[in-house]
Amino acid sequence: MCGDWDTRRKLAVLERMMIIRRFEERLVHLFEAGEFMAHYHLYIGQEATGAAVMEALLPGDKLATTHRNHGHVLARGADPGAALAEILCRETGLNGGYGGTLHLSDPDLGFLATSSIVGGCISLATGAGFALRNGGGDQVSVAFFGDGSLEEGISYESLNLAALWSLPVVYICENNNEGAVGSIGGGFPAAMSSVKDLTKIPDTFGIPVETVDGRDVDAVFGAASRAVAHCRAGNGPAFVQAVTERWEGSKPLWPELPMGDTDMTMIWDDTNYGSRNEDWYRNQDPIFLYARQLLAEGTVSQADISALDAETAGLIEAASQWAIDSPQPPAETALNHVFVPEMEG
Amino acid sequence: MTMTNYCDAMADVFRTAFAEDPNFTIMGNEVFGIGPQRHQFEPLQAEFADRIYYPPISEASYTALAAGAAMCGHRMFLHIGVASFAYPALSSIANEIATAYFSSGGRIKVPMVIHLNHGIVMGTGSQHSESPQPIFWNTPGLELVVPSCAYDAKGLMRTAIKSDNPTVIFTHGLLYGTEDEVPDEDYEIPFGVAAIKRGGADVTLVATSLTVSVALEAAEKLAADGIDVEVIDPRTLVPLDKESILSSVAKTGRLVIADEARLSCGVASEISAIVAEEGFKHLRAPIVRAARPDAPVSAAPEHEAAVKPTPDKIMDAVYKVLN
Repeated sequence: MCGDWDTRRKLAVLERMMIIRRFEERLVHLFEAGEFMAHYHLYIGQEATGAAVMEALLPGDKLATTHRNHGHVLARGADPGAALAEILCRETGLNGGYGGTLHLSDPDLGFLATSSIVGGCISLATGAGFALRNGGGDQVSVAFFGDGSLEEGISYESLNLAALWSLPVVYICENNNEGAVGSIGGGFPAAMSSVKDLTKIPDTFGIPVETVDGRDVDAVFGAASRAVAHCRAGNGPAFVQAVTERWEGSKPLWPELPMGDTDMTMIWDDTNYGSRNEDWYRNQDPIFLYARQLLAEGTVSQADISALDAETAGLIEAASQWAIDSPQPPAETALNHVFVPEMEG
Repeated sequence: MTMTNYCDAMADVFRTAFAEDPNFTIMGNEVFGIGPQRHQFEPLQAEFADRIYYPPISEASYTALAAGAAMCGHRMFLHIGVASFAYPALSSIANEIATAYFSSGGRIKVPMVIHLNHGIVMGTGSQHSESPQPIFWNTPGLELVVPSCAYDAKGLMRTAIKSDNPTVIFTHGLLYGTEDEVPDEDYEIPFGVAAIKRGGADVTLVATSLTVSVALEAAEKLAADGIDVEVIDPRTLVPLDKESILSSVAKTGRLVIADEARLSCGVASEISAIVAEEGFKHLRAPIVRAARPDAPVSAAPEHEAAVKPTPDKIMDAVYKVLN
């Protein structure tokens, strides 16, 4: 996709980020209400990366994501109701309730099976790149993964394979480790690597790499576009590191909403930031940053943002209600899909 | 029908697959092993050079790579080689390949074949003598194929390549050079259909892979002793032709299972459990398992002979089930 960003496209990206935010805030409430039980992982704070990378892709491209997948699947355009229903393990979910939060995938949008084994998506996306290159087209495969994936051996093997065979794979490393407290601090495990500059890893394999601010839509889009163009031109893999602060609610082992549901009027009204969260509101929240940018350049008004917010709230409310009302798959289907039925094969 | 060895039977299947499907790809090193049959791969290599990939020594990642490609419509034949080399790839096989269709709610297929050389093959010691069929039998989502001869290899491999499910084929390292009457034309052997290798009325003897020939040898010797043994080769473990085994046991009332996989939670154990559960009323004696003991394999020849199924051990098992 070219770099021409009209108002419509900017609004679409802002809307996508808001959908992810409201979707995940709702998810926390649904978990607290007992609508699903699984350990889950939120994308809050990283929405700009997913939304911007998708703008650099085309239909026909393949994607692989991780346990932290909700944002990627929604950013690519999945139906929020079907995605939510999957996380709630409902029959109407994207994967019939068999995958849940850890294996959410929308194959119609190009997603491979979602692996929640750290590093798995890197290897699978590399395989998709192999198939795409052999297919003779110019499609690319994209792997979204966290910095922790670079602690797994399979990631290094996969980078080697992609470089060796010149595969069109865009590796998007979402380094959300800034400010993470880690297991020792009683929170979610944080990255443990002796490599302090992760770009040295792809660089070792001769894979071009850029580091960008993962909160900055334009910066991520620019780097992703260059990486995608490199792959489409048949030059082999490319690597982007998108750095974000670990959002406060993702520091504990189980997600929380320490600031409650996001109040979108705080984009322009800074009277209630409070000292503890001031940095988040001013410098970290990617939705706030992008909305302020669009306000400053006159693309949108505060009223536009409020209207978009209300619209998004309505969408998520409807999706949520539909998902809650959907039935769970019955016990007698527990063994379906172990093998492809013969008539299909 | 011509006398054909196991590798030429495989080569026939590869040629057809290359011709039929532009997305068919072979990936692996030493597909026909490191013995004299390795040269039989050279014509294929020359003819299909651009569709045969020699991966780096990275089993975990190239196995998952094959899976990712399969999810995008490629038909991958992956030769990992010595079966224990699949252990570094176990996460890719068990976590990614075996579960993708299931966890995607039936939306993503992984049509690929993983080919492994299993078994005790002469002095290779603990890390090159494994028969890990039970590990994969306990990994639902995989079809498991154990050809015992060139004829079966040709028909079963063709079925495996055409299957939309991930399939693991276990070829015993000592089968590569074995010869058999094999039709020139292509054919498919359906999964889940056992072969009755030898009819008999006194004892049912189930064996797989290389052990089938060992079992047949034992059966011949027992015949000289007036004991009539029925030898059944399931040919695929998943799906398993339970009916053929159970109906044979219904006839003989006695069951011996001989297999190179280990005793605990092994092939012999699972078949034994199935028959105990579903065919108990037919049994006139306790089931006897002649399987590999629960130990790593020593490199010493006498030690190897002590742990692998031999005609003598199988005959002892048959005498035991008869008494």
